[in-house]
Amino acid sequence: MAEVLLEVRRLSRRFAAVDALQAVDLIVETGELHALIGPNGAGKTTFIQHVSGALQPDSGSVFFAGRDLTRLSMHQRVAAGMARSYQISNLFLGLSALDNVALAVQGRQDAGSSFRFWQPVRSEQRLFDEARGFLEQVGLTARSDRVAGNLAHGEQRALELAMALATRPKLLLLDEPMAGSGPEESERMVELIARLARQVTILLVEHDMDAVFRLADRISVLLNGRLIATGTAEAVRADPEVRRAYLGDHL
Amino acid sequence: MAFYQPARYQKPVAGALLLALLALPPALAALGHEFYIGFATRLLIFALAASSLNLVLGFGGMFSLGHAAFFGAGAYAAAICMRAGISEALLALPLAMLVAGALALLVGAISLRTRGVYFIMITLAFAQMAYYLFISARAWGGDDGLPLPGRMTLAGLSLGSDSALFYAALGCLALAVVFLGRLAGARFGRTIQAIRENETRMEALGYPVFRYRLVCFALGGALAGLAGALLANLTGLASPNLLQWTQSGTLLVMVIIGGVGYLYGGVVGAVVLLSLEEVLSGFTQHWPIGLGLLLLAIVLFAPRGVAALFGKAGG
Repeated sequence: MAEVLLEVRRLSRRFAAVDALQAVDLIVETGELHALIGPNGAGKTTFIQHVSGALQPDSGSVFFAGRDLTRLSMHQRVAAGMARSYQISNLFLGLSALDNVALAVQGRQDAGSSFRFWQPVRSEQRLFDEARGFLEQVGLTARSDRVAGNLAHGEQRALELAMALATRPKLLLLDEPMAGSGPEESERMVELIARLARQVTILLVEHDMDAVFRLADRISVLLNGRLIATGTAEAVRADPEVRRAYLGDHL
Repeated sequence: MAFYQPARYQKPVAGALLLALLALPPALAALGHEFYIGFATRLLIFALAASSLNLVLGFGGMFSLGHAAFFGAGAYAAAICMRAGISEALLALPLAMLVAGALALLVGAISLRTRGVYFIMITLAFAQMAYYLFISARAWGGDDGLPLPGRMTLAGLSLGSDSALFYAALGCLALAVVFLGRLAGARFGRTIQAIRENETRMEALGYPVFRYRLVCFALGGALAGLAGALLANLTGLASPNLLQWTQSGTLLVMVIIGGVGYLYGGVVGAVVLLSLEEVLSGFTQHWPIGLGLLLLAIVLFAPRGVAALFGKAGG
């Protein structure tokens, strides 16, 4: 049995009259690519928000690498090794791609304190060299000096990934990395994620079922805030409750 | 917006200006206009105060309406120091900065938990509390303010003459601007500018956003305290009016006129506003109308401020 990296226990959250998450249990093992799927409004993004620390649950807990992170803030979870990318690209649009990633590198604990008031960042070659490495990983080397706001949609998604990678996470939370992409862009993103999955554990939220079935080692299905199935692609496909939820489409 | 970047010719222009300012007191004395040395010193001091607010507002993105509290705290700290016999500027000025910075740390620690209009209101509330505290403090002169027994000495040299104080203020401003310029391009400066643009993203990159904001806020407070201490020396009085919210408003107007987020935004704004006041008030007591028109013109035609017409803060 593989090592458990992320363990979510009975996570619950209520928004007014809506039970957004109801006692969700989920385990992500080290090294796997775990996909979280579900129809619109099932609570997938809400779940990611609670795992990443953007929101606090009413009850339940989040264990990561054996530590209880439930009460930790987002930046503390990032420091612990959990990085997320956003469903809608969340970049510094006025900065170059390189500066975006350099900020991510600079924010890492092992990159040293950012309470430095005198030495110009421009002189810190190491920071930018490392940032270039991450841009290369996602195939953006040729775009490194381009302002993020002028990048194509697919390139912005890739930059988003490079920034998450630059925090050197143990676990990458990807919230719909294919959202809004055309078939070609999606294809490139699938290849990229498949490559990344060899180096880092990934929890992937995605609508694109083809992508999910190609990429995922295991799949969990969320429906109306409840986790109704977890297992391999075949097991999930065969699950009657999952079939009912999706009324057969895609599956 | 991108990170702040100085315009290419900014350094030589600033250097030339500094040299010109060094020659100003003797030039004014030769022309028999000594009175203007005091006015020029006032400009320098307000340039420093506005620059300190620009650090908080322009670089840190924190719209504080209580900055005058730290300005005034510095003035009172200087006055109290001098009345206690500490008249050496090398000791009294850092003390004033420490007091103002500590106050800003306290105010920031509470205010920075709020956002948007709540932040504006809570900083305003703190400043008004400080204002009423000083007004009702009998031991510190109440609403008459606290007079200084004289002027400070700098490394033993008297700042008694107006030109000596002018040079001291010029030195402080120059040091502060050099510091802020370095800060803007250093890790801390890039961090607070990125937080200004997108704090959630910075949090998601692992930055403890609150801590960076707080340090920025406190640094701004300390620099405002320095300006306040100098102003108390110039006027010979630590007045509670320095803490009033209108004073915070004046500093804000200076930064907006000069250029929010530009290194020289505070300096330009202070010079423009105070010169305008000086000139217009000679013609009419309704001079604020002229100021209003200027503000309107700037917001409409140069919304990034006067400094933006010359340099760029980026994209």
